[in-house]
Amino acid sequence: MNADRITEKLSILADAAKYDASCASSGSKRKNENKGLGNASNGICHAYTEDGRCVSLLKILLTNHCIYDCAYCVSRKSNDVRRAAFTVQEVVDLTINFYRRNYIEGLFLSSGIFSDPDYTMERLIKVAKRLRTEENFHGYIHLKTIPGANEELIKEAGLWADRLSINVEMPTEKSLALLAPDKKQSTMLQSMQHLKNAIAANRDEKKLFKKAPMFAPAGQSTQMVIGATPETDLEILYLAHGFYKKFNMRKVYYSGYVPISNDNRLPAIGTPVPMIRENRLYQADWLMRNYGFKVNEIVDRENPLLDMEIDPKLGWALRNLHLFPLDINKADKQLIVRVPGIGIQSADKICAARNYNRITWEYLKKIGIAMNRTKYFIHTGNTFQKKDWQPWQIKQFILSEGNSKYKKNFSPQASLF
Amino acid sequence: MNIVLYDGSFEGLFTAFFEVYEYKIEQPFICKESNTSSSLFGIIHHVNFNEEKSKRVLEKLKEKLSPQSLSKLHTVYLSEIKDIENVMFRFVQYVLANTQSVENNLGHPDILLINQTDKKVHREKHRMEAFVRFQCTKDKLYYSIIQPDYNVLPLIKKHFEKRYADQRWLIYDSRRKYGLYYDLEKTKEVLLNFEIDLNNKEALKEVLDNEEELYKTLWQQYFQSVNIKARKNMKLHIQHMPKRYWKYLPEKQ
Repeated sequence: MNADRITEKLSILADAAKYDASCASSGSKRKNENKGLGNASNGICHAYTEDGRCVSLLKILLTNHCIYDCAYCVSRKSNDVRRAAFTVQEVVDLTINFYRRNYIEGLFLSSGIFSDPDYTMERLIKVAKRLRTEENFHGYIHLKTIPGANEELIKEAGLWADRLSINVEMPTEKSLALLAPDKKQSTMLQSMQHLKNAIAANRDEKKLFKKAPMFAPAGQSTQMVIGATPETDLEILYLAHGFYKKFNMRKVYYSGYVPISNDNRLPAIGTPVPMIRENRLYQADWLMRNYGFKVNEIVDRENPLLDMEIDPKLGWALRNLHLFPLDINKADKQLIVRVPGIGIQSADKICAARNYNRITWEYLKKIGIAMNRTKYFIHTGNTFQKKDWQPWQIKQFILSEGNSKYKKNFSPQASLF
Repeated sequence: MNIVLYDGSFEGLFTAFFEVYEYKIEQPFICKESNTSSSLFGIIHHVNFNEEKSKRVLEKLKEKLSPQSLSKLHTVYLSEIKDIENVMFRFVQYVLANTQSVENNLGHPDILLINQTDKKVHREKHRMEAFVRFQCTKDKLYYSIIQPDYNVLPLIKKHFEKRYADQRWLIYDSRRKYGLYYDLEKTKEVLLNFEIDLNNKEALKEVLDNEEELYKTLWQQYFQSVNIKARKNMKLHIQHMPKRYWKYLPEKQ
C-alpha cells in the first residue's frame, strides 16, 4: 500500500463523508462467531472530534466522483474539489486494521454516484460482503443505500450490513426539486418502502426459523438537512413522525446545514450552522420516541417553531400549566417523566424510593435533579401552596437562573423564519 | 474502635464481613492490611481469607439481593475508594437486618453512595472499552497500556474477549501493575516487567509491526478530516474525552 496516496485518499473521502450525521453503532445483535473478529452489539464512541461529535465508525465515501449536482453537497458534480476513489480492498484493509486497534466499532460506507445507482450499490455491497465472508468480520457495518438502486441489490445489502439508510435529504419535495434536481423524493420513499418490507419479511422468517440469516438487524435510518431551506419545525417533525410510523425508522438524523457554497439558493458561506435548532429538533425527536409525547404536543399550527431558548419539554409544560404542579409522591411515572428537569432514570429512582419513604426536596437534590426548573412543576404533598405564576414568568425565572450553554452562540438562523 | 484488617481481595472482604458477625465485633472499621496507617488506634483483628465463610456471606446475600445489586457490590469494591469497605458493610448490615427488600431505598445514604459509586466505576469501564488503543508488535501481539482511575480490568475482560477472539492481546494497567493477556485460548492475569523502555521511540520501532506507524498516521489523519471546523465545540470535546486520557490516544498526540 502506498502510504502517501492512501493517506491522501482517506483525507479526501473522510472529509466528504463527514456531513452525514449518523454515527450510531448500537441496535444490532451481531455476535462474534467462529473465533472471528468483532461483534456489533455495543454502541461505543471511540473518540470525539473537536466539534464534539462522536467517532464510532470509519465513515468514508467509496468515491466522491458524482454524476449528480445537489447544491448542498460538497461532492456535487460542478464543485471544484479533489476527487478520489478507494478500491474495495483498500476499504477492507482500513476497516480491519482500525478495528483491530480498537479505533472504531465498524464501517459507515457511502458513495458519490458514479455511472448509475446500481453500479454504485454493487460496489458498496462488495466491500461489506468481503468483510463478512473473507475476513470473518462481525463488527458494525452501515451501508448507504443508493435511491433508485434495484430492489434485489437492496436485499443483498441487508444480508451483510447491520444498518441501511437512505437520506431523504430535504424536508419537502419542493426544496429537493430546488436544490437537487436529479433526485426525486418519490424514488427515495419507494426505496425506503422496499427496505421496510424486506426487514419485516426477515423478522417474520426469523420467528419461524431461528437459523434464518440476519437482515439489517439494526434497521434503517434517514437524514435531512435543516436550515438550508425555509421549512418550519412543524413540517420537519411531522415528516420524522411519518418516518417512524410508516417505515419503522430506527432513527431520523437532523443535520444542520454547514454552508459550503456561494450558490444563492443557499445560506451564504459564513452563516452560522443552526446548531441550537438541530439540538432542539433532536430533543423533540427524543420526546416522541422515548417519553410518550405525541408530535402535536410538541409543535402545532399555533406553535410551528420550537422555542430556541428553552427545550421542547419545558415548552410543552409551560403551555400546559393546568396539569401542574404534580404531587411527586403520588403521580404516575408517565406524568413524572413529563416534568421539566426529570428524565426517565430520575423518574425510576423517585418511584423506587417512594416505596420506602416520602420523597422530600432534599432527596430530589441528592439524586441530582435540576431543581431550578423542576420546582415550578411539582410539590411533595401536604405543605403545598399553589403559586399563580404565568408561563412567561416561569420562563424568565428559569432563563435568568440557568446559564444556557448556548446563550453565546445563538444562531441568527433561529430567528430567520 | 475495632479495626478489622483483611487481605485486600473481594473474598477476603466477605470473610471479614462474616467474622464481624461471628466474633460480634462492635463498631468495626474494615480496611486493607496494606492500607493501615499509624493513625489507627484500637484493637486490631486480622482476618485470614476463608473460602467457607466468604461463600456463606455470598449465599446469604444471594437470597436477599437481586443479581444486579450483588454485582454492584463487586463493582463498588473495585472502585478502591477509601473507606468503601465500611460503606459496603453498613449496606450488608442494613440488608440483613430487614426482612423485606430494601436494596432500592435510595433514601438510605449508604445505598445512595453504593449506587453512585457503581455508576462512576461503570463509566470508567465504558471509557476503557472506548479508549484502549492497541499497538501491534512484530509477533502480532496487540498491546495497550492504561491507567484507569478504578480497577476496571476485571470488568472489561469479557468485552475484549468477545471482540478480539482471533488476535493475541494484552491490556496492562500500569498503575496497578498487572494486565490481562489473551493467548487465543483464554485470558490470564499477568504480572510483568517490560524489557524495553516504552518512551524510547527507537527501541519501540524495533518491536512494533512494520505497518503500525502507517495505521497510526492514517487514524490521526482520519480524526482530523472528520472534524467540522464550522461546528467547533471544545467544551463538548473535552467533556467527552477528558484530558487525562489523552496520553493514551494517538489521535490526541
